[in-house]
Amino acid sequence: MGPLIPQEIIGEGWNFFIAFAVGIGFGFVLEQAGFSSSRKLAGVFYGYDAVVLKVFFTAAVTGMLGLLYFSLFDWIDLNLVWVNPTFLWSAIVGGVIMGAGFIIGGFCPGTSVCAAAIGKIDAMVFVGGIFIGIFAFAEMFPILKKFYMSNYLGQVKLSEVLGISQGALAFFVILAAIGMFWVAEIAEKKFPKEEY
Amino acid sequence: MKTKYMNPYLAGVLLGLVLLSAFYFSGRGLGASGAVKSVVVTTVDAVAPEHAGGSGFYSKYLKDGKNPLNSWLVYEILGVLVGGFLSGAVAGRLKFKIEHSPKITSKKRLILAGMGGILFGFGSQLGRGCTSGSALTGMAVLSLAGFVTMMAIFGTAFALAYFFRKNWI
Repeated sequence: MGPLIPQEIIGEGWNFFIAFAVGIGFGFVLEQAGFSSSRKLAGVFYGYDAVVLKVFFTAAVTGMLGLLYFSLFDWIDLNLVWVNPTFLWSAIVGGVIMGAGFIIGGFCPGTSVCAAAIGKIDAMVFVGGIFIGIFAFAEMFPILKKFYMSNYLGQVKLSEVLGISQGALAFFVILAAIGMFWVAEIAEKKFPKEEY
Repeated sequence: MKTKYMNPYLAGVLLGLVLLSAFYFSGRGLGASGAVKSVVVTTVDAVAPEHAGGSGFYSKYLKDGKNPLNSWLVYEILGVLVGGFLSGAVAGRLKFKIEHSPKITSKKRLILAGMGGILFGFGSQLGRGCTSGSALTGMAVLSLAGFVTMMAIFGTAFALAYFFRKNWI
């Protein structure tokens, strides 16, 4: 069975059509959740609106459990699903730079595109910034390459690193998510909520 | 009248199903910064083809006369624009607007948005993907990189929140 296109159950020609359809769903849900508002997104870092945390972790858990169950029922071959390779140092430093960009700019790339689609001018400027940032990285690539490629650990899963089964890791991730949702609900009661 | 936003847990489940369908059909997850990268590569190739061809970065995406805009993420991001627009239309939120805290000016908000975008763009290349491509998709496939990037992004934003509070609250 799945994934359908890598196994040629559906022709490769359909791949871009599926990408477009998936994107419509992605953009629609982001906007419905309120991810088109930078002040709503930034709320998670000040406790007044934890929508980012709730949507992000619910989505990650849904995707994770979906993949594990699909694999259990032989609906999908997990060996054909892309696993991001881990280059430890660049993942950490890249993430730190992105985190700074998040609190300064109020968006991440996906949410900025979604917000630009409904007319947020700050989001359009953010997208322009992404363009410049990627261009700067590309031009600096020769001097960054060594760091970029350092500490390669392979296409490794966290469950393998911890030496536990994928199901056990999923269980702990769900527990962590529930714990965070609980804290988020308390924080939202404590800090005055504003609607943007 | 403004329509309220969707329940965040319901939105999360729906977003997870969108992600799962990307895995099921295409064997890959969501993304965003990769589409902007394709636009950067195309632009540089159009303006300075020799520079692009000789660079270790751009040439990866230009091999054998390939068009970098013909990529999964570019079509996906075009879909995000359409989907976001449709949702905004349904909810009555289509409006040209610079959203910012009353404590800062529109100009300051735009400067900060631009700076944030530059940092996010740069970081997404170093970290091999952004919040959607590396953190969300990476976590769903249980990739170590996904968890590391997610913690680095959110941890840093939380750690710096105090210093930038006047821009938001």
